[in-house]
Amino acid sequence: MTTLRIETHPTRSAATASRAALGGLVLRDLTVLRKTFGEFVLRTLIQPFLLCFVFLYVFPKIGQAVGGSGTGAAGFATILVPGVVGISIMFQGVQSIALAMAQEFGFTREIEDRVQAPCPIWLVAVSKVLSGSVQGVIAAAIVFPIAAVVHAAGVTATVDLHWLEIVTLVPLACVAMASLGLVLGTSFEPRNIGLMFGFVVLPITFLGGTYYPWTHLAPVTIGHVHWLQALVLLNPLIYVNEGMRAAFTNAPHMHLYVVYPVLVGFATLFLSIGLRNFRRRVLS
Amino acid sequence: MADDVIVTEGLTKVYPGMDVPAVDRLDLAVSAGEVFGLLGPNGAGKTTTAGILTTRVVPSAGRAFVAGIDVVRHPALVKQVSGIVSQQNTLDRQLSVWENLYFHGRLFGMGGPASRARADELLESFSLSKWAKASVYALSGGMAQRLMVARAIFHRPAVLFLDEPTAGLDPQSRLALWEMLEELNREGQTVVLTTHYMEEADQLCDRVAIMDHGHVLALDTPDALKRSTGADTIVTVKVDRDGERLAAALARELEGVVSTRVAGDVVTLQVRGTERLVPRTVDVAEGEGVGVLDLAVAEPSLETVFINLTGKELRE
Repeated sequence: MTTLRIETHPTRSAATASRAALGGLVLRDLTVLRKTFGEFVLRTLIQPFLLCFVFLYVFPKIGQAVGGSGTGAAGFATILVPGVVGISIMFQGVQSIALAMAQEFGFTREIEDRVQAPCPIWLVAVSKVLSGSVQGVIAAAIVFPIAAVVHAAGVTATVDLHWLEIVTLVPLACVAMASLGLVLGTSFEPRNIGLMFGFVVLPITFLGGTYYPWTHLAPVTIGHVHWLQALVLLNPLIYVNEGMRAAFTNAPHMHLYVVYPVLVGFATLFLSIGLRNFRRRVLS
Repeated sequence: MADDVIVTEGLTKVYPGMDVPAVDRLDLAVSAGEVFGLLGPNGAGKTTTAGILTTRVVPSAGRAFVAGIDVVRHPALVKQVSGIVSQQNTLDRQLSVWENLYFHGRLFGMGGPASRARADELLESFSLSKWAKASVYALSGGMAQRLMVARAIFHRPAVLFLDEPTAGLDPQSRLALWEMLEELNREGQTVVLTTHYMEEADQLCDRVAIMDHGHVLALDTPDALKRSTGADTIVTVKVDRDGERLAAALARELEGVVSTRVAGDVVTLQVRGTERLVPRTVDVAEGEGVGVLDLAVAEPSLETVFINLTGKELRE
């Protein structure tokens, strides 16, 4: 029935086998991405498209006062476009990891097979973060041009590409958001995914500085306390979006000395919580 | 022993929040080339034992070795030489039938061409070639199971674990799987399976460990286990009334009755010697005024062994 010999003992070191397994896991994910690329593009583009369509086309047309009209509207476009890239990166993390993982832990039980790969269990989760990050980068690349197309006449974002920031901040943001996806996917039971959207994903997106720069929140005060501005500092998406503003525009943004280390910190924190959760879910 | 593929020493697992261990000081040794069965009811500790050996369950005490490697210290190395077919369908739903095999090879460090050739070869020998490009959703339960076995032996593991492999399969697929496992075993594949089907353990296994409440109650070849009952015939009588009285009368009046058991309206006798058992049983029943609704004579099975050991039926 078979031609290979039975492996009575491991023939490869743990390190060699783990490297090959990691390669295999990522290769599998990228193959699935290639097979479903049309679907991937559609689900990646629909949200940015709607955001740009409503805020940069419909609102200026009907005179709805978001960011004012004329130059004000163009200013808002400059704020929104990098925000749309940021939010797409975050949704990629949620979709490609948290939702996929909920499914694999839940009814398909596919994770049972995946963790039989000849490598440490945490590496299986790392492979998810890696391929999730790659999907994030692809998402950022296809979403960005959307904003250049979908807007009313005169409502053009002033784009200026800062390549050093783009090639460092985009991947960093993708890793941080993919790690967030790992935390969410391993913290919520598959049947509670609705809760995850309502109580985690929505607050993060609405209070994540997609539609406004962080500094614009200053007027929201109680007494003299800028409470909202302080509160949203807990939101990782704020730093992603401020970083995207630095990378894609000349708009004012949070200082990069803050953005880089905080994003590295969030990525590390999420990754360590996510890996620990993953191990706990898999082992008993 | 050098030939032992699996060794456990005092293996114990207590799940958090549970008072009783799921597996209690288990000592097992499985030799190379053997088909070894863990037989027992739900909650006996079979799946936990298999879970520890496949590195998914962390033991509370004791040690376990697969191919001489400690499963707690070096789980990744153990996984290199293990093939696993779990109870549920764990096929990759986003990949085709062929891809499920191909990527398994890549996962286990085989190159592209080698994985491709091996995937083709396995699809052929498991009669799944014409489904190569199909989605795994298109497979029937039996075919999905076959593909999972093919995937599990893809990397030629030292031991193939199957957890309740035929639960939920139709009789035909079950027979097909048994044949497949026998064929693999003939080629030298060591197999460890958990089951609560005694026919399965009887048919497939070289040795069977009967488990209950985390303990191995008996461990031997199916034949030796059945011989250990001391009986060579099992008489099952379904009565319309007074089962207890009939059981007592049969024990008294028939020769060679090893034990009797009454469960509801069914009286079961374990008997040594088969001389005129049927007419004599009917005679005794008539003498007692008990109506016989059904009468069956069979050889002892592993079920008999289990009942003798635990006082309860396996399916209870």
